[in-house]
Formats: sequence, C-alpha cells, structure tokens
Amino acid sequence: MSILHDFEYFKPADVKTAIELLDQFGNSAKILAGGTDLVVQMKENVQTPDSIIDIKGIAELHEILFEDNTLFIGACVTFSELIESEVIQKYFPLIKEMSLTVASVTVRNRATMVGNICSAVPSADSAPILLVYDADVIARSVSGERIIPIRDWFAGPKKTVLQPEELVTGIAIPLPQKKHAGCYEKLGRYSGEDLAQAGVSILAFEDLHYKIAFCAVGPVPKRAYNVEKFLNGKTISDDIIEEAKQLLKKEISPISDIRATEEYRTHMMGVMFERGLKKVITQLQGGGDV
Amino acid sequence: MSKIKFILNHEERVIDVAPHETLLEVLREKLGVKSPKCGCDRGDCGACNVLLNGRSVRSCLILAVEVDGQEVLSVEGISKDGLSKVQESMIDNNAFQCGFCAPGVIISATELLNNNPHPTREEIKEALSGNLCRCTGYLPILEAVENATKE
Repeated sequence: MSILHDFEYFKPADVKTAIELLDQFGNSAKILAGGTDLVVQMKENVQTPDSIIDIKGIAELHEILFEDNTLFIGACVTFSELIESEVIQKYFPLIKEMSLTVASVTVRNRATMVGNICSAVPSADSAPILLVYDADVIARSVSGERIIPIRDWFAGPKKTVLQPEELVTGIAIPLPQKKHAGCYEKLGRYSGEDLAQAGVSILAFEDLHYKIAFCAVGPVPKRAYNVEKFLNGKTISDDIIEEAKQLLKKEISPISDIRATEEYRTHMMGVMFERGLKKVITQLQGGGDV
Repeated sequence: MSKIKFILNHEERVIDVAPHETLLEVLREKLGVKSPKCGCDRGDCGACNVLLNGRSVRSCLILAVEVDGQEVLSVEGISKDGLSKVQESMIDNNAFQCGFCAPGVIISATELLNNNPHPTREEIKEALSGNLCRCTGYLPILEAVENATKE
C-alpha cells in the first residue's frame, strides 16, 4: 500500500526552526521521528498531514543525559539506544527491561520512547514505567517551554494534552533517592511484533512505599493510586496481595478486542500484579535474577 | 520531487523521489533492488528489512527522503563478493522453501552476527522475532544461524 497523498517534507537542523514550522502549520503538520506509527497511519489514511517535520536532524534531541539525578531522554532516542545505554543500565535498568519487550529489534532500531507516548495508544509499553517514576514530558513552542507531568499527559485513547504548536523535545525522569526495585510485567501472545494485552509496572521502596501503573486495561495508561494507598506502609504477605488484587480490579476497565477478552485481561492483571510484586520484593531483599 | 544522495550497496546513488514514496518502493521500483519484499507493508513481517547505517530497519516504514546522506545495505550488497557465511548456512540447512522471507531474515541475522558473533539460541530467537516465515517453521532458520557461528 502506498501513501496516497502528497505532503511537504521538512528536516530542520535545530529546535527553533522546528517549532517555528509547527507554529506556522499547526494541526496540518505531523512530527516524524522513527515513523513506525506515523508511516502506517499515513498509508491507511488515518493521518493525512500537509507537512511532515522530520526532527532527526536535530542533534540535541538524540541525547541521553544524566545530570543532577535526573535522566533526560531526547525525542529521537530509539528503544535500541536505550537498551545499549550504559547510563540506563546503571541507573534505570527497568527502562532497559521494558524496552526489550517493545516489538522486535528492527522496529526498536527506529521507534522512540517519546513517539510511543505521543502515539498514546492504551497499550504503550513506556507509559507504566514513566508513570511509576513520575516523569515529566518537556514540550517546546514559540511561546516557551512547558513541563507536563506524565500523570496529566494522556487525555484518551491516542490522545494527549499536547497542543498542535508544541514539540516534545524529551522526557525528564528523576532518579528516586531511596533504595528501590522495579519491574514491568507484560502480557503478549508471542515475542516479536505484539502489543501488550495488559501491562503493569511496580516500583517498591525500602521504606514500604509502592508505585503501581498499568497499560492496556483502560482507555489510558494510569497509576493505581488506591492500590498504592492500601499497600503503603505494609509488609507484603499473601493476604495483603489478595486484598490488593481485589482493589486493583476496581481500578481497571479493560475492553474485549482482537487481542484479548475483558475477562482474560482482568484475570491476568491480578496474576501479573502478584508476580511483579513478589519479584520486586525479592529484588529489594537482595535476591532475584535482575 | 526532491533529490536525495545516499550510499546503496557500497555505491553512491542520486535519485529524485517524492516525499510520500517509501524506501521500499524506491529500492524496488526505481533502483531495481528486488531483495527487500513487500509482505505486510505495515512493519509487522520483516520481509522488507534492510540495513540502514548498519542497523536493521523496516524499509516499508521509512520515507525515501529520510535516507538522504545515509548508507543502505540490502542482500544484494551483502552478497556482492559471493554468499556470506550465514547465507551459505541457510542453503546447507534447507532453511527456506518459498524464499519470500529470506532476504529479511538474512538482514536480521547479519545484524545479529555483526554485533554478537556467538549468540545463544535465545539471542538468535530474539533477533529473528520480527521476521515471519510461513513455510519451514523457523527451526531450520534458527539452526542455520547457529551453524553459521560454529565454523
């Protein structure tokens, strides 16, 4: 299938030029990074932009930086680059673990984490991880910079709060200062191109504090605040897990679709939550394989 | 139309492309490079894989204008001076039947072996997980990659 409509292609060399183009074109322009979502959508006429702004020529958007205990991931950083990064391996191994579950090598060589949250599909693998780390999305426009907490980012299936004239330049993730362990549990049918049928990320802290977020079991990826509130301050036991699982079921609203049924997703979320929680507790106590 | 210049299979090529043309379309229809195949045309099957600056990519998901100034390698380039080890091994192991997925598989396997000359079976599976094959059931393909690392 070919792309059936014409558009103009721009490849600015700096952010200033890119946001000026966005300011000029607004909604009729689309930002191109890896293109693994956008090109498919253009082939299917879901997106028919008049202009494409390719941001891969902007050097600063390719950076992975760790300064003042905050990680910056530029908008052009691919999942493969995250997997290979020593900084990620050292400070945020969970990001590497999650990135390895995204599609296949060939897609990861192009697809970006920022693109993943901008596409904002309910099954976005990056979302639960960014939610438990309380990441910030950094957007720039001609009127300046806007920092958007990731918990406010998702506005609906495939919808975000990003304005047409704004460009996401990257994501900032603060490194938690307390000892912690994290996991991302993803349910897929096979390794390769599959999207998550359900996903949950858990961050557990030494002081019995927990952060939990999920994807693919509701219209937007989100935190399970009620479950967190229930678990906080508690030492995990089988009884506590059972109670937390019941609470979790009330926080999710999965649908039945081509990939899984509502019942299956609900059941599996409980299983994955339990599995993940036990895994992070073991890691916190110095055991486990990660 | 915009003029792009890039290295294709070790040779510099200059060609006019429209922004909406994908790399796969330009390779096959304008440059006569037929090893990348159009399978699903939406990035799921891996039949259109080529190496872009040494990394495997889906050429159906890349606009041709994006490769201006970059280096593209297809199976034609890999086997320019004779078949590569992994290609020989595919033949020895009867890895393919219809052969439609073969170029994409060879691209993925080549990238893997360039980065990791002695992969485990699990690493081979992971590297090839984005390549669909409907004929031989994958086992002979995995064995072929494994055997290519032994010699």
